[in-house]
Amino acid sequence: MSKAKLDTVFQTVEEAGEKAFVPYIMAGDGGLENLNGRIRFLAESGATAIELGIPFSDPVADGPTIQAAGIRALEAGTTVQAVLDEVAKEKDNRSVPLVIMTYLNPIFAYGVEAFASACETAGISGLILPDLPLEEEGLVVKSLKKHDIALIRLVALTSTPERIRALAERSEGFLYAVTVAGTTGERASFVDQIGTHLQALKAISKAPVLAGFGVSTPEHVKELSQYCDGVVVGSRIVDALYRGDKQQVADLIASRKY
Amino acid sequence: MEAYPTETGHYGDFGGRFVPETLMPAILELEKAFKEAKEDEGFQEEMRYYLKQYVGRETPLYYAERLTKHLGGPRIYLKREDLNHTGAHKINNTIGQALLTQRMGKKKVVAETGAGQHGVATATVSALLGLECIIFMGKEDVRRQALNVYRMELLGAQVVSVDQGNGTLKDAVNEAMRYWTANVEDTHYIFGTAAGPHPFPQLVRDFQRIIGDETRKQIIEAEGKLPEAVIACVGGGSNAIGMFYPFVEDRDVKMYGIEAGGKGLLSGMHAASLTEGKAGILHGSLSYLLQNEDGQVQEPHSISAGLDYPGVGPEHSYLKDAGRVTYDAITDEEALEAVRLLSRTEGIIPALESAHAVAYCKKLAPKMNKDDVLVVCLSGRGDKDVNTIREAHETGGELHE
Repeated sequence: MSKAKLDTVFQTVEEAGEKAFVPYIMAGDGGLENLNGRIRFLAESGATAIELGIPFSDPVADGPTIQAAGIRALEAGTTVQAVLDEVAKEKDNRSVPLVIMTYLNPIFAYGVEAFASACETAGISGLILPDLPLEEEGLVVKSLKKHDIALIRLVALTSTPERIRALAERSEGFLYAVTVAGTTGERASFVDQIGTHLQALKAISKAPVLAGFGVSTPEHVKELSQYCDGVVVGSRIVDALYRGDKQQVADLIASRKY
Repeated sequence: MEAYPTETGHYGDFGGRFVPETLMPAILELEKAFKEAKEDEGFQEEMRYYLKQYVGRETPLYYAERLTKHLGGPRIYLKREDLNHTGAHKINNTIGQALLTQRMGKKKVVAETGAGQHGVATATVSALLGLECIIFMGKEDVRRQALNVYRMELLGAQVVSVDQGNGTLKDAVNEAMRYWTANVEDTHYIFGTAAGPHPFPQLVRDFQRIIGDETRKQIIEAEGKLPEAVIACVGGGSNAIGMFYPFVEDRDVKMYGIEAGGKGLLSGMHAASLTEGKAGILHGSLSYLLQNEDGQVQEPHSISAGLDYPGVGPEHSYLKDAGRVTYDAITDEEALEAVRLLSRTEGIIPALESAHAVAYCKKLAPKMNKDDVLVVCLSGRGDKDVNTIREAHETGGELHE
């Protein structure tokens, strides 16, 4: 059921002729007690699915905004267990699927099998691990499959054609197309060939293709969504929530419909 | 023992390449270039040339007669990596990786540095080979090692102070990896130790094994036999793996890897990942790691900036679990005492890192016989540490006559 929940929402979006919008928030930033409230707010604002960051002390794939959010969350005492316990509380009346994004070590320390099982219990649909390339997937795939959690793969601008094919072939949940060479965080613009790149991915990917990293304005959302199935927006959402600017978040999510 | 690493860069349960997809193509490209270079006589010839004419190899294996007498145990030899150009073993690796950079057609390099030794060694070879060089260094280390910062700048490198996290070596590695991710098309990352994602642990070991290869030949010339024991300090573990690797199959040679015990293992303020950590993933590799129960990496502590790292190379984790190498820790205070001991007995001021190995000599010597031979890897010289040593002496009063 967990993984299917993701497939269902993407299908619904596609049938409505719309594009997906997946906001990222850092669990524990702004207080773990406010996590479910934020999830509800994002769902009500029209989020297709929500990417939930679990903080790690050494987030090498993240830029300054998410790094800072992670530090705040860790300072507030956020742990893997506390995040899972918190989201489990409202799992039965939540329609929006949740996807966890974190690094391998917190999961490894928790125990991969125990983590996958706890995710299933908490109603988590997918997992994104930016420091787990194809070559090392063996460490988690069995447990995730057993507990019906989608392993959401990232494909990069630097990925070779063979790697792109392998990633597209194995994709589940969605294929996360990294749109910049670098870390997460806001960018002014994207490389010229981004459109062709995304279209090529979409042509061969089993799962929907979502563009992410550096997506921060309604214009970006519109620009990138036309080539694929939607976008993931992280740093801008994290920053707006930190500043208490919910309206900006709602406006960004609304920009997926055009 | 099994052949290691495997094709996929694993050392038993350890190693691997846990990096973002953006970096994977560069990691694979590096692996290919490295394999080809190993087979290329031209590359090997170039390496030999620079190591001899520029670095000053081979380094002596010096019989420390007065230290031997003082400790009253085995005959002690020092492998003098401190006599290399730039003052430590680091350049064995940077010269190799800089030549690989050229081979891959890249013109820029990025590196992390703690105290600045790897940064200086990288800036040095960059100047030598005309590579553009950017060094990430924690804000705290920039403050503590102002002279090394200037040294790197003098050599033409750009030094970037890292504010993220606690502003130490771990954060400098994070930031160097982020920079590499954003500039991977034209930049090579000269990783400074035998850790990180495959092929770095293997590549750094192979560039550093010259330490052990020379030692093996030199000790046979001097003593007509292999040593009973070998000691090296371990931070990330590059000088140690370079010394140990050529002796791994010689079962009668006991090997000791010495980590930074900081203010004592019980204090929690140390950098002893093998002695006190548990398996985890940091900076691209699965290895012993200092971390809390929730998998968050802990800040290490050591008076020696070069050992002040929460992780360690995966091959050391493998050798530990295989029981081939004994890992132990030496405290800040013991290391400081060893600095004085070696300075006074032999007229050699060791780097604080290497002083950990020297200090362990004091512990091991009483357990050995007089006709035994003990080799200590003196990985670097202490010039860079004189201020730290003086401060510790003046404030702590922990140095004894």
